[in-house]
Amino acid sequence: MKAVVFGGTAGIGRAVAQQLAARGDAVFLLGRDASGLERSAADLTARHPQQARAGWALCDLEDPSGFAGALDAADTALGGFDSVVVTAAMFATQAELEADVELARRLTTANFANTVTFCELARKRLLARGGGWLTVLSSVAGDRGRKPVAIYGASKAGLSAYLEAIDHKFRASGLWVLCVKPGFVKTAMTAGLKAPPFAGEPDGVARDIVAAMDRKKPLIYTPGIWRLVMLVIRHLPRFVMRKIEF
Amino acid sequence: MDTLTGWGRLPEPGSEQIDEDLETLTRGAVLTRGLGRSYGDSSLPANAADKIANSRLANRILSFDANSGVLRAEAGLTLVDLVSLMMPRGWFPPVVPGTKFVTLGGMVASDVHGKNHHREGCFGAHVRALRIRLADDRLVECSPQSDPDLFYGSIGGMGLLGHILEVECVMRRIPSRWIWMERERVPDIGAFLDSISQAAPQWPMTMGWIDCLKRGKSMGRGVLMAGRWATAEESPASQPGSPLRIAVPVELPNWALNHVTARVFNAAFYWSHLRPRASGAMAPDRFFFPLDAILEWNRAYGARGFTQYQCVVPRAAGPAGVREFMERLTTLGEASPLCVIKDCGPEGAGLLSFPMEGTSIAVDMPVSANLQRVVDGLNEFIISVGGRIYLTKDRFTRPEHFRAMEPRLPRFLEVRAKWDPARRLRSAQSRRLFGDNA
Repeated sequence: MKAVVFGGTAGIGRAVAQQLAARGDAVFLLGRDASGLERSAADLTARHPQQARAGWALCDLEDPSGFAGALDAADTALGGFDSVVVTAAMFATQAELEADVELARRLTTANFANTVTFCELARKRLLARGGGWLTVLSSVAGDRGRKPVAIYGASKAGLSAYLEAIDHKFRASGLWVLCVKPGFVKTAMTAGLKAPPFAGEPDGVARDIVAAMDRKKPLIYTPGIWRLVMLVIRHLPRFVMRKIEF
Repeated sequence: MDTLTGWGRLPEPGSEQIDEDLETLTRGAVLTRGLGRSYGDSSLPANAADKIANSRLANRILSFDANSGVLRAEAGLTLVDLVSLMMPRGWFPPVVPGTKFVTLGGMVASDVHGKNHHREGCFGAHVRALRIRLADDRLVECSPQSDPDLFYGSIGGMGLLGHILEVECVMRRIPSRWIWMERERVPDIGAFLDSISQAAPQWPMTMGWIDCLKRGKSMGRGVLMAGRWATAEESPASQPGSPLRIAVPVELPNWALNHVTARVFNAAFYWSHLRPRASGAMAPDRFFFPLDAILEWNRAYGARGFTQYQCVVPRAAGPAGVREFMERLTTLGEASPLCVIKDCGPEGAGLLSFPMEGTSIAVDMPVSANLQRVVDGLNEFIISVGGRIYLTKDRFTRPEHFRAMEPRLPRFLEVRAKWDPARRLRSAQSRRLFGDNA
């Protein structure tokens, strides 16, 4: 694969980039922190010296005007990418979002509108060359309206719906859209939160993601147990959801 | 209340923050810790409200020059990662401690030593530069040439002079991926010291396990191991497999490790070496990191927790000094399985670096009502012979004892006063030993 990883400097994105590079795929990193990008690209190169030097370009999920240029840079460096992985997203707790309406606007814009914009640009490039992989991290938080993730979850619910629809629409044209729904994963993003049972590690989640890409799956829950957890949650009646704090 | 613990499992109130971007994370922090593998309180907060940075996610390799072996990496890179990446390419760290579950930053802050101390010195001797965030939040690059006081104060300085962000060190080429090892069963401490001093000039790596519970004639009986990297001809055709790891699944009850079980374990270990001498090729993981095969082995000590007493008896005290130490240890007698013994080469340049020419002895001790008395008693003896203890293992040494055994302390405190006059960087250990603001 020749993969662009948007968000590849931290957490799950970095683990995906590592695993792709480890098996010989060419990787190009996008993110908003130049120092983090430079370090992460240097790390990929140092750990996998047999591979071509990993490249990077700045790309900020809150600034859609830079998306096309960043994808162009990746295209040039990779000689035409065939995979785009999007792990970049904003996160804030429900309490923080309720206290700050502007933050809520920024988060929903970045996680939904801007992510869809980025995916549209990537999708068109991939389809123009006969298809490829578009892997995007949504969340189990989007599966059901839930009190502790009302706003974050809504941004991910919209994203999941979009990803399902473009899978239906473009699979026949060779576009393999993968919607990833991680449960709780122990990364810097979730460091301040109390880890629930079945919390995942970035490496394990990245392994699941790469395996699902290889098998051209449209949807995965990771760690896998969250498929069952969310199956139950999706079927709970409203009067129960109103009572519980999950 | 959130707590943090070291390997000895005794908690201190406080919590840590973690991020890939260690440089930003350490702004305003008073201590950085890695895998929390130091036994005592050196990686624990002085105050519950102190900002503690964890370096674990900042583990990127920034450059590696395959001609010179110079490696530069972020402080959170673990030895597990480094060894698994570098050994297949024919490189190995110049010095490794007894566990792989440590970070580069921790290896510098503790100035770790290994089985090759008599040849190679501590890890710090192979460090070329450090990138550090100072107490006043400035960022500096230091080396033996540039700000040498900060550089040598940080080597073995327990993270008190600045947050170690990046480490530049020199890796070693290895001729194979196997160790050629020779092992000898030794009946008592006198024979042990003879054997280890004979082995030192011939072997780049030596260490021994001794039974710290045996008294009388077979006091200090044990197993001496010596090794070097195997030549290509000596190596088995296969490559060493990935190490088998089992875990202590739950915390064992406090009574699980007692005098009887420890004695049985020690005897079993001694007699498991059926032949008095053996030699052969050995996987480096088994040679360097034998206890890593049992994950979370610290749970074997139960909820009470434990400490490790590690000291060096200086060469000047002679074999009689070591024997005297063993006598005190076996008399004060805390239940403990095998203890580790190693002869150290000359003192390094780190201002508070532990090893000095002599015999290092490390012994695990479960926490008990008696423990403070045992540590005090051993420390008084160590002071009398001019030896010292290893801060990375320590939690019970009294400040007056530490001052008495550490003539280099005034110089360290002077350097610390220059770079951190307000003593903003601190740990539970520095609060205990140096009276840092609590």
